[in-house]
Amino acid sequence: MIFDYISSFLGAIPAAVIAGLVPMVFIIPFALFAVYWERKVSAHMQDRLGPMRVGYHGFLQTIADILKLIQKEDIVASAADKPLFNIAPVLTFTGSYAAFAAIPFSSAYIGANIDLGVLYIIGVSGLVVAGLLMAGWASNNKYSLLGAMRSAAQIVSYEIPTVIVILTLFSMVGTLNLYELSELQSSNMFNWMIFGGTVTGWKKIVLIPLMFAAFLIIYLTTLAEVNRTPFDIPEAESELVSGYHTEYSGMKFAMFFLAEYANMFAVSAIVTSLFLGGYHSPFGYLGNTIGITWLVPIEQFFWFAFKGIALVTVQMWLRWTLPRLRVDQLMVVCWKYLIPLSFLIFLIVSLLMVL
Amino acid sequence: MIEMETTSTNLRTQEMVLNMGPQHPSTHGVLRLEIELDGELIVDVRPHVGYLHRCFEKHCEAMTYPQIVPYVDRMDYLAAMYSEIGYAVAVERLLGIEVPERVEYIRIIMGELQRIASHLVAVGTYGLDIGAFTPFLYCFRDREKILTLFEMTCGARLLYNYIWPGGVSHDLPPDFIRMTKEFLTEFKPTIVELNNLLSYNKIFIERTANVGILPLETAINYGVTGPNLRASGLKWDLRRDDPYSIYDRFDFEIPVGKGWHGTVGDCWDRYYLRMIEMEQSVRILEQAIEQIPEGDVTSAIPKRIKPVEGQIYTRVENPRGELGYFIVSKGGLQPHRVKVRAPSFVNLEILGELCKGHLVADVVAILGSIDIVLGEVDR
Amino acid sequence: MKQYISNIYSALATVFIGMKITFKHLFVPAVTIQYPDVRVTLPGRVRNRLYVNMDDCIGCDQCARACPVDCISIETVKSVPGEDLGKTSNGKKKALWVTKFDIDIAKCCYCQLCVFPCPTECIYMTDVYEFSEFERENLVYSYITLTKDEVLEKKANFEKFEAEKAAQKAAPKPPAPEKPAPPQA
Repeated sequence: MIFDYISSFLGAIPAAVIAGLVPMVFIIPFALFAVYWERKVSAHMQDRLGPMRVGYHGFLQTIADILKLIQKEDIVASAADKPLFNIAPVLTFTGSYAAFAAIPFSSAYIGANIDLGVLYIIGVSGLVVAGLLMAGWASNNKYSLLGAMRSAAQIVSYEIPTVIVILTLFSMVGTLNLYELSELQSSNMFNWMIFGGTVTGWKKIVLIPLMFAAFLIIYLTTLAEVNRTPFDIPEAESELVSGYHTEYSGMKFAMFFLAEYANMFAVSAIVTSLFLGGYHSPFGYLGNTIGITWLVPIEQFFWFAFKGIALVTVQMWLRWTLPRLRVDQLMVVCWKYLIPLSFLIFLIVSLLMVL
Repeated sequence: MIEMETTSTNLRTQEMVLNMGPQHPSTHGVLRLEIELDGELIVDVRPHVGYLHRCFEKHCEAMTYPQIVPYVDRMDYLAAMYSEIGYAVAVERLLGIEVPERVEYIRIIMGELQRIASHLVAVGTYGLDIGAFTPFLYCFRDREKILTLFEMTCGARLLYNYIWPGGVSHDLPPDFIRMTKEFLTEFKPTIVELNNLLSYNKIFIERTANVGILPLETAINYGVTGPNLRASGLKWDLRRDDPYSIYDRFDFEIPVGKGWHGTVGDCWDRYYLRMIEMEQSVRILEQAIEQIPEGDVTSAIPKRIKPVEGQIYTRVENPRGELGYFIVSKGGLQPHRVKVRAPSFVNLEILGELCKGHLVADVVAILGSIDIVLGEVDR
Repeated sequence: MKQYISNIYSALATVFIGMKITFKHLFVPAVTIQYPDVRVTLPGRVRNRLYVNMDDCIGCDQCARACPVDCISIETVKSVPGEDLGKTSNGKKKALWVTKFDIDIAKCCYCQLCVFPCPTECIYMTDVYEFSEFERENLVYSYITLTKDEVLEKKANFEKFEAEKAAQKAAPKPPAPEKPAPPQA
């Protein structure tokens, strides 16, 4: 672990700071890339070109956007609740950033190897809700308030199926430590949880469709938790203008934006760690074959980022294909479909494990 | 429709007034809605119009008849050709002149192309209101092709000043017929694609079916016309029921709402009816392009339009409904009075009726399905 | 229960159909163009900025009268006998000095109504569509070919001519008030 390695010669506190900053090195370029990527993907899906001016095929467009956002005047409405208004974007970003602590990027780097890693992530992303509610309330804008209320309802209710699916996995592997979970899915693509994990025999054949369903459920619920279409009701631009961040501009708006994209990757990373083998390669490692051991963690990081970005791309793909649900239908999808189904899967899987 | 729960009669909660518009992404222009909310449930909707009022009707009294044509374009800017057809038909009847055969065909070709273009915007922006961005751009891609055809013919893409009382300003360019045929063959698969991408999507159906049901009786009482009326189940189309121009020569069907996924007259019906109408417009266009005769297009245009004293009301089936022109002439070069019965304005009246008891998100869905153009509402 | 399962099925199926369509469009070439670098070829009838060919203008004011927004303003001065203004390209004799021919292009609605009545086809719409300005005054285009001094000179000439006419009229009282002979045609 990187933390132990650094703290051995620098002491605990500097090591914590350094280890804590590492994800930032990843998130900011990722967010810049993801914004660009989203614009390009959407443009090509819509027979457009997307950004083409700044850099090769507009590659530097998002950097230009950030520069613009930095220069913008920071507008705070006079009727806004200023302290809350200022804290909200920071809190939102903190929530999504803190989630990265427990995500194993490769076998060599995990911010904090927590035994209840998954639960920690679920809990810490609750901070995002507080941030959104604060933003919605402090803006003193009816649209923001409606958006914030919707997002609170949505995120809270969608955490239930997420947790039940995680419970299902827990009943199979007996650990909530993401690092251990990833290690369990090593060596072979068919050891991934989506293919039933390390279970063998007839049970595996039964498990595969169940795990596929569980994967779909957790993918949908995490989609709802990061407020992406078809669950982007809190910021539904055609109804609520842009929901809780209607009143924000400049860097505060950029913080929300950054948090959204960081969140997108965070949930994709969780889904990857839980179901798609974490940082493990679907095939062998080049480093092992040619005998360079330090290459393996880098390869693992590549695979992790690749899977994460692939899932993020699917999120974008869905966003540019689907209309959005209505707020009551969103609840219907959660309470009438996802929760019973995830319970059913949980029941069957637990029975299978007992047998 | 969500049923309002009456938990306790003595528990009073305060209603919130939400102001939607005039600057709002989905009020389709500068419409302002004052929505009274109980939580997210709508108690009342009051539309406020007039932000785009340009005194069109009063202004007409100071202009000669040909000068009014460019102003007519600016009413329903998504179907400017059709506004011109209506005006031209009205002035021609006032003057009592016949227009050449070729002009009639050109008008029908332009009118039906314009109907497709207008419905494409309606359908695309409806997708946008529901949250699907991509169909909107597919619709606009095809609309651009139609606008290119218009640009070839009269030089303008949006506000044409093409159809004049007595004729049209230019004859069709040589390539027009070929390019229109090409467009029609390209366009037919697009309708199927749009249907698969949006119309039959489960989320879309959930959002629109059984939402904003407009019963036939209410529709008639409010004077709703056009696709909104037909979606409620009445086969009423002025192209067939009060034929103007030469619509009686073509073979086409008038679709009516059947409640495919819910109740007759819900948002999905209104939306899907426009899809079918586009198919029917393609049918009319195919026939018109085959039959169009040769001839002069400007011969019947009067040198100066000076009708005798009298008045006239004519109506045409604009993509949005019954577009009526009432013109009073006192014998001068300028009309004494021009009154327009704008379908968007009349159709907008039902918004409050439809929205009651729905959620905020449904206002957007219902407003989009009525398909108003604010340029026409306010004039 | 049947409804429940069919709901799940139709939701998943239609979502996949939609995703298939958008995926296919990823590989469709873009229909948009990179505007300032690539430009569409405009058709011949395109209606954009107005242009007046003053060599052919006879100052008849018909375009200004046809204009529904009154964006054309024309002032003319009659030529005095002896002045030769030349002919237009389609053989009409010019008789008026056009001392003002302003088009407020900011007001123009590009309806082309001014183009049709012109007897010499000297006002027409071009395919120039990029002429934005920072000041609205810059959008008032003046097309006259006369310089300011020339305009004053023509006006003075005409006034002098008028005065002479009036003096002639005033001197011999009895003859019927004869209008100054229209200077050619």
